[in-house]
Amino acid sequence: MDKESIRKFEYIFEIVERNGRSPARLIPILQAVQEQYRYLPEEVLTLVATALGLSPAKVFGVATFYSHFTLTPKGKYLIRICDGTACHVKRSDGLLAALREKLRLRDGSATTPDMLFTLETVSCLGACGLAPAMVVNDEVHGQLTPEKAVALIDELLRKEDENDN
Amino acid sequence: MTTEKLGLEAIQAAYHKKASGLTSRIIICAGTGCVANGSLKVYDALCAAIAAAGLELTVELKEESGGTHVSRSGCQGFCQMGPLVTILPHSILYTKVQPGDVPEIVEETLRAGRVVERLLYENPAGGRRCRGTDDIPFYTRQHRYVLKKCGIIDPEDIAEYIAGGGYAAARKAVLDMTGEQLCLEMLDAGLRGRGGGGFPTGMKWDMARKQPEGKKYIICNGDEGDPGAFMDRSVMEGNPHSVIEGMIIAGRAIGADEGYIYVRAEYPLAVRRMRKALEDARSLGILGDAVFRSQLSFNLQVMEGAGAFVCGEETAMIASIQGSRGMPMPKPPFPVQSGLWGRPTVINNVETLASVPLIIAGGAAAFRSMGTKNSPGTKTFAVTGHVANTGLIEVPFGTTLREIIFDIAGGVTADDETIRNDAFKAVQIGGPSGGCLTEKDLDLPLDFDNLQFAGAMVGSGGLVVMNSGTCMVGIARFFMQFTQNESCGKCVLCREGTRQMLDLLDDIIEGRADSSTLGLLKDLGRCVKKGSLCGLGKTAPNPVLSTLAKFPDEYMAHVEQKYCPTGRCRALVKFRILPEYCKGCMLCKKKCPVGAITGEKGAPHEINLATCIKCGVCIEVCRLKAITGA
Repeated sequence: MDKESIRKFEYIFEIVERNGRSPARLIPILQAVQEQYRYLPEEVLTLVATALGLSPAKVFGVATFYSHFTLTPKGKYLIRICDGTACHVKRSDGLLAALREKLRLRDGSATTPDMLFTLETVSCLGACGLAPAMVVNDEVHGQLTPEKAVALIDELLRKEDENDN
Repeated sequence: MTTEKLGLEAIQAAYHKKASGLTSRIIICAGTGCVANGSLKVYDALCAAIAAAGLELTVELKEESGGTHVSRSGCQGFCQMGPLVTILPHSILYTKVQPGDVPEIVEETLRAGRVVERLLYENPAGGRRCRGTDDIPFYTRQHRYVLKKCGIIDPEDIAEYIAGGGYAAARKAVLDMTGEQLCLEMLDAGLRGRGGGGFPTGMKWDMARKQPEGKKYIICNGDEGDPGAFMDRSVMEGNPHSVIEGMIIAGRAIGADEGYIYVRAEYPLAVRRMRKALEDARSLGILGDAVFRSQLSFNLQVMEGAGAFVCGEETAMIASIQGSRGMPMPKPPFPVQSGLWGRPTVINNVETLASVPLIIAGGAAAFRSMGTKNSPGTKTFAVTGHVANTGLIEVPFGTTLREIIFDIAGGVTADDETIRNDAFKAVQIGGPSGGCLTEKDLDLPLDFDNLQFAGAMVGSGGLVVMNSGTCMVGIARFFMQFTQNESCGKCVLCREGTRQMLDLLDDIIEGRADSSTLGLLKDLGRCVKKGSLCGLGKTAPNPVLSTLAKFPDEYMAHVEQKYCPTGRCRALVKFRILPEYCKGCMLCKKKCPVGAITGEKGAPHEINLATCIKCGVCIEVCRLKAITGA
């Protein structure tokens, strides 16, 4: 086993220990793992199952049930467009279409090939007063128009460019 | 073990002493809405500007504090006008404040005691500027009971909560009242569950209390999943201690010593504030192994959800806390009999729990003096959609929709955001479990029973107003998509039935429906309601059945004439240029991506429907509104 994997495994065990190795804490454990890796790698799920004395099927079952868990890596910027009722009647579909176009996401793919952006919809952010709204990582942006949403992406792209240089 | 009471009074006195040296206080709304509009930047700018102006600034209350106290609050409800800045004791409310406005506020208001007129709220009906919450119709027509302190107190300061009388009700419950007395008090008050069901809280508690001695649990349901509702988020963010206090009282009532606060994962700020509040309460001995220095212990922890709407259902939530897939179980046994880890468990909604300390403190009779006979008290509603003032409001039960939509929320807006009250079409209440109400229901006094009777439900209190440009079939499809997506898959009728209903709605919207579709949709809806275990499936067909009943003509137009009266259903749209308005400016012709528009400059153009891909660009670019999709 290489050093990288060993470090990864040690960290997972630390999370499991912190939660008292309790199977009831499976969800908080997976949340902590996902916070670290930004997704749930398959081998990690098996490891968590073994550490908790659960079957891998049970752990996979939980990981695939809840929409916040993801088994595939997500982009650096996770953009979630709210499609709650309030945002929907204020035409959040326009935001989605504009950003899909802007990020050139075709054939139902959600993440850009450069792993910079992932575009998703979410049922409700509870920011209904600001409809239509979207969240970029943890930052909420409200009262958007398709133009404003595209401008936000441009700004992120500019920031990325500056970082590269 | 000492019997001396925990000194809430000493904390109160210390807080008031510290605050007595202050000359003014500025409260900046730090609810999710205002933060998104930049209120934290306004906070930083204010602190910097006050210090730069050489005025005394207090950020954290200490002995000898003086000058201006700048603090952050939870959601003040008037989200549309954020960031909101309240200045006390002048009782001024500034709206849409940006960091650039800060120097003027410091110079004019703080130093000179004058009002900055341009930052005041301007009543769109009449253009009058309102100085503060006591003359803004959005606030004056509300009755803020549960939300009273939300938006005033600093949610991260337990001393301020205690200074306002907080935790006295919990202490009284723990030290001076029995479980039976507490249950009776709730029954007398007639408090009903605010999460949607409307089940009497006292009855629920009493059922759990009467279970055999032993481990019992109390769970706070903060898994507010209904799209279009955010009152629980606002309470958890704005006044987290009121929820904890309610849980202590509930725990005392049923004999529980442990509890969970289940918060939706989409609410990171609520999670953080609840955790901080728990920690502060623990350090003061309000939670822990000797609650208020009694022999009782009561421990709480926050459980963060992982994104599953169905977990708002009691038995699914229990499964989720136990670390499993959140799938509901058949009832009975009810959670009050066999809940978390098979033990008696009471699950109450956030708003219900936040009402509890107020009832214990003010008495059942005072609570009954608000609202209607069968639905006493107040209810928060999240008013959103096509209204002038979207935001969070609280009114006594029995208030009519007309008052809420036209007085408090400031009227219905058309698609161009202007106020056009005749554009009102419908209001959807109760989210994906609820139904639509129309013009003729506007004078209905809102309460649990009336709404049920009218074919909607209070639900969690989401109230989405829709104008005449909204397609009701589209709205029904929107909710169906939501429940289809969120169905956990356990019951066949919910899993497959919602899928089929969604397909039928797509047929209607995309012009494939025939004379059998609507009947099939209705039948299927009734089957899904009957054949599902939990509330999700039992109520999933409601938005469809309710719109079918209230807007039959709109469905028929889609099915028979393949025509959407609002022009919102793209597949049915037939774009057409109105020759009487078209001046032949060529703009649409230039923008059309498929060259479907023909015509000479200066003469009315035409759209070739065979080539048109219904992208809608022409409608967007036409300055003369000469193109119609209806």
